[in-house]
Amino acid sequence: MADTATTPPTGPGTPAPVAEATGISKRFGATVALRDARIIVAPGESHALVGRNGAGKSTLVSILTGLQQPDTGTLRFSGEPAPDFGDIDAWRSRVACVYQRSTVIGDLTVAENLFLNRQSAGAVQPIRWRQLRRRAEELLAEYGVAVNPAKRAKELTVEQRQFVEIARALSFGARFIILDEPTAKLDARGIDRLFEKLRDLQRQGVAFLFISHHLQEVYDLCSTVTVYRDAAHILTAPVAELGHQALVEAMTGESASKVTATIGERLAPRSDSAELLAIDGLTLPGVCEDISLSVGSGEVVGLAGATASGNVQVGEAIAGLHRAKDGRITVGARTVRTGSVPSALAAGVGLVPEDRHLQGLVNNRSVAENATLTVTAQLGPFGTVLPARTKAFAGRMIRDLDIKTPGAATPVSALSGGNQQKVVVARALATDPHVLVAIRPTNGVDVKSKEFLLGRIRQVADDGKAALIVSDELDDLKVCDRVVVMFHGRVVAEFDHGWKDEDLVAAIEGVSGEAAPVTTFPASAVPASSGADEHGR
Amino acid sequence: MSATTDLTEPAVSPAEPAAADVTRRRVDLGRFRELSLVPAILVLGLIGFIVSPAFLTSDNLIGVLQQSTELSLLVLATTFILISGRMDLSLESTIGVAPVIAVWLVLPTSGGRFNGLGLLPEWTAVPLCLLVGALIGAVNGFLILKLRLNGFIVTLGALTMLRGLQVALSEGQSIVELPSSFTYLGKASWLGMPAAIWVCGLLFAIGGSALAWLRHGRALYAIGGNSEAARTAGIRVDRIVWIVLIAGSVLAAFAGILYSGHYGSISATQGSGWIFQVFAATVIGGVSLNGGKGSVFGALTGVLTLQLVVNVMTLAGVPPLWNQFLNGAIIIVALIISRFASGEKQE
Repeated sequence: MADTATTPPTGPGTPAPVAEATGISKRFGATVALRDARIIVAPGESHALVGRNGAGKSTLVSILTGLQQPDTGTLRFSGEPAPDFGDIDAWRSRVACVYQRSTVIGDLTVAENLFLNRQSAGAVQPIRWRQLRRRAEELLAEYGVAVNPAKRAKELTVEQRQFVEIARALSFGARFIILDEPTAKLDARGIDRLFEKLRDLQRQGVAFLFISHHLQEVYDLCSTVTVYRDAAHILTAPVAELGHQALVEAMTGESASKVTATIGERLAPRSDSAELLAIDGLTLPGVCEDISLSVGSGEVVGLAGATASGNVQVGEAIAGLHRAKDGRITVGARTVRTGSVPSALAAGVGLVPEDRHLQGLVNNRSVAENATLTVTAQLGPFGTVLPARTKAFAGRMIRDLDIKTPGAATPVSALSGGNQQKVVVARALATDPHVLVAIRPTNGVDVKSKEFLLGRIRQVADDGKAALIVSDELDDLKVCDRVVVMFHGRVVAEFDHGWKDEDLVAAIEGVSGEAAPVTTFPASAVPASSGADEHGR
Repeated sequence: MSATTDLTEPAVSPAEPAAADVTRRRVDLGRFRELSLVPAILVLGLIGFIVSPAFLTSDNLIGVLQQSTELSLLVLATTFILISGRMDLSLESTIGVAPVIAVWLVLPTSGGRFNGLGLLPEWTAVPLCLLVGALIGAVNGFLILKLRLNGFIVTLGALTMLRGLQVALSEGQSIVELPSSFTYLGKASWLGMPAAIWVCGLLFAIGGSALAWLRHGRALYAIGGNSEAARTAGIRVDRIVWIVLIAGSVLAAFAGILYSGHYGSISATQGSGWIFQVFAATVIGGVSLNGGKGSVFGALTGVLTLQLVVNVMTLAGVPPLWNQFLNGAIIIVALIISRFASGEKQE
């Protein structure tokens, strides 16, 4: 492994692109997933692939990695034709992919995950475990990944897991790595470290295809960007020459002025409004201490913080998911019994959970069922659920949230990510809550849906309710009237509307003013419970 | 390369040595996890020793082992299948139907209480029986992996169908005239111990080693743990699962041979209702029903625990009518013990 990884990145001859796909088309039944698509990735380049959900990015990835065969088109790696379909080893020596979904196996050790299916030289040759662990140590050290190879993979943080996957990908000798939304589950600090590592590898001649919904990351990391829309290639351009607005336009196919308009327009904060949500001295064991917060009617408040800050847990506690050791949560005039979801629901709390796959949706059930999950009591007398009422209710939600679905009976798993998220929001709004708690409401959602969802949350407040957005994404926080920042279980700062990006980020990261940066406890070292949830089952 | 190390090291390394120590300790505990039933076995031994002087005799202990052989082979098969994330309920019918079909093909057409077809010479009975097992596994695999039918229901159907086939072929009777080659392994004794025990021991050793030290054995854990990840790692998931299903059914057919030899006949209800015990033994032995976890040794301790309980109860003079109740109770108690011994939730 080591020798292949240290060979010079490019020969002295002409630098053929590490990957070159032309005229790729792919259909799944009636759906066209890719239409005459193309992409060229130069050696050592970091190339971004962006597009809204359903633009064909995932299909391109599975074709580039040899998991699916294109219907038409040619694929070349470093000037040579692609290996035969099914020759997995040959594919992996040319291209590697770090998938959005983890492909490490939790119950196996890091060492075994790194060398899965090549633990020994031959099929009948016994595995020498000690040697395997040593090889794993060498491999991890080579790429500067500080992980104990004897650890079980499920004990790793998201970030460590990704480093392990990257190291594994490189160990096959691939000089071209596809990263499919690698930052979706990392906090800002983790993203920095990931980018640092990627830049290092790039200096060693590794080329990246970077897929992300965060356009800022594209500007931070990449030199070239390719935009896909509606299953087709739209443009490829150097990042430096493409403005924010032009990029969004290319992705959505329409002028981006609307995006800035909705987010820019804002009502004056009403300071005299009635208090709808009050948190008083909330203490969750091991997560946060003595948190106090209040949200008035007509107000959208942001609760910002990095992964380990406890902001997500505070949001979940309001919705009754965690029992508090101390403190009170009041909604309107009612005190919510902490740790009781029914009590929170009865008091009028609606929750958009952090991870729609784990906590939000029942995947193979219909859009209608998912959207009405919280309000089944209203759908018929004596505990019955009348199909007609469900359908009518769901129809209302679908129109209200502009959910793009073939019908109310479509399984929710068939929708794109943005529309799935809308279903989750619909469910939270179905009870007509007094307080809407939205945790990372735009996680993994395309630009247009993002804008829509944030606008919808704003509208909840405008209707005289209260909304709390728990997030570490600046775009989410920009719609808020106020932003409260948590760091390691405490409220450390509060910003009124009109804050500067760098101030807020500094507060989230615990870097306050001129004082020495707080780096003793990096986010990854704290056993963040939310992090554990993410890669749990 | 060293430059890259410097850049990231300071952030992570302070926490790392401590974390490494913790894991090392935890890994050691993990190794003990599959021994979690060993104390239970020792306690059972102690109780047996107290209730009856006959317990700690070699005759009795060998008897327990001999009685465990057939069940343990099914447990071995189930361990492999469960680790790779599948289930095969039809094993309990294979143990009966495979011998019946083999014997039916070789026994003469007239003269005995059970008339076969006499198509093949008698010495082919054993290979035929194993072949029938392989065929059953292959068909199950085809239905589950190629047609993508639900494995639980497919094998539930196969369980009923194969049992019915056995009853139809044997006309509901026990078959007592068996070829001598067929009964040899179940009857013979090598070096003072029944041959069946030696053979089972050998098969467990082979199975355990394959799971621990062979790539394809480790692949089962990967498949059961996350089959999509296994596929992207280049493991031929379907092919390996298919082989596991076939191997499992062959083991069940082989268990049928041992059982028939042991009791000198193929009983019409041979293996009936065993699958519950098999699953119980496998799961209390630490194999996860969700796949990806467990070991052959753990499963073996599971079988021995269940068999010892029965033996100790018999020696203690517990009325046999209570056996079924106690068997169920023991399974639940053993589950509770292993839940807290391992500290892991069973889902």
